[in-house]
Amino acid sequence: MGSARDIVEECGVARFLFTDFPLGNPCGKPWDAQMQRSIIDMALDLIERAWAPRTTVQTPFQWSDEDWRKNFMRVDESNREALAHAGEERRRLQAQKTERDKE
Amino acid sequence: MSERRPYRTCVSYIDRSREYYAAHGYTQPYTWAHHKSVPFSLLKKPLSACRIGLITTASDVDVGPGIEGLLKKRDVYAWPSNPVPARLFTSHLFWDKDATHTDDLESFLPLARLSEFAAAGRIGSVSQRFYGVPTEYSQGRTRLKDAPKILELILEDSVDAVILTAL
Repeated sequence: MGSARDIVEECGVARFLFTDFPLGNPCGKPWDAQMQRSIIDMALDLIERAWAPRTTVQTPFQWSDEDWRKNFMRVDESNREALAHAGEERRRLQAQKTERDKE
Repeated sequence: MSERRPYRTCVSYIDRSREYYAAHGYTQPYTWAHHKSVPFSLLKKPLSACRIGLITTASDVDVGPGIEGLLKKRDVYAWPSNPVPARLFTSHLFWDKDATHTDDLESFLPLARLSEFAAAGRIGSVSQRFYGVPTEYSQGRTRLKDAPKILELILEDSVDAVILTAL
């Protein structure tokens, strides 16, 4: 069960239940027990009924708005400098870890 | 309602993350797992007789947020499915922290929901433990170290099928 369709299908799995939500809630919206129940039900159907690998089924649920699609990992002129700075910081931490691992 | 769009609706995380990390100054894009052949097996008995397990990518320990947390050593773990844990840790993982949250465990690890299906007889039982696998940059570590460990645990628990609920 997941929401990163391209990554899972590129990898290839036996059965994939896809919910087109922002990453974080592959089993249904928080506190929506009925939706979570429906999604699990579909996952169990898929376990039972799929007859070939790479079978993807999409659940019918939609997020309340679509803004997340363009906002997640967004790169534009407003954040380009901040991202470059964050990258430098990340490489510094990675280098520190590599040093620690050598010790 | 039908409409027409000049682009695909699903976010391509492969494309998006490549551009995102390029903006961070990384010159070599991440290379994603791609398997030409994919294993598959049919259920060997009715679902109503099967023991089903869940695997999560959430962590049992708080390694802290962001990349620092992701770089800390984390291992495969197995915890009792009942009682459902009060919380697991997700802040080190890349999910959409602006659009949603993971305060409801059932939204990413539906142990209580799955147990309802066991009570109703739709599945035989829920595995006595659920399993946690760390998200690793190294695909070799996932494939050669973590996956065999998970297999060992689910065989110990006589699980018939597992569902990976990836964050």
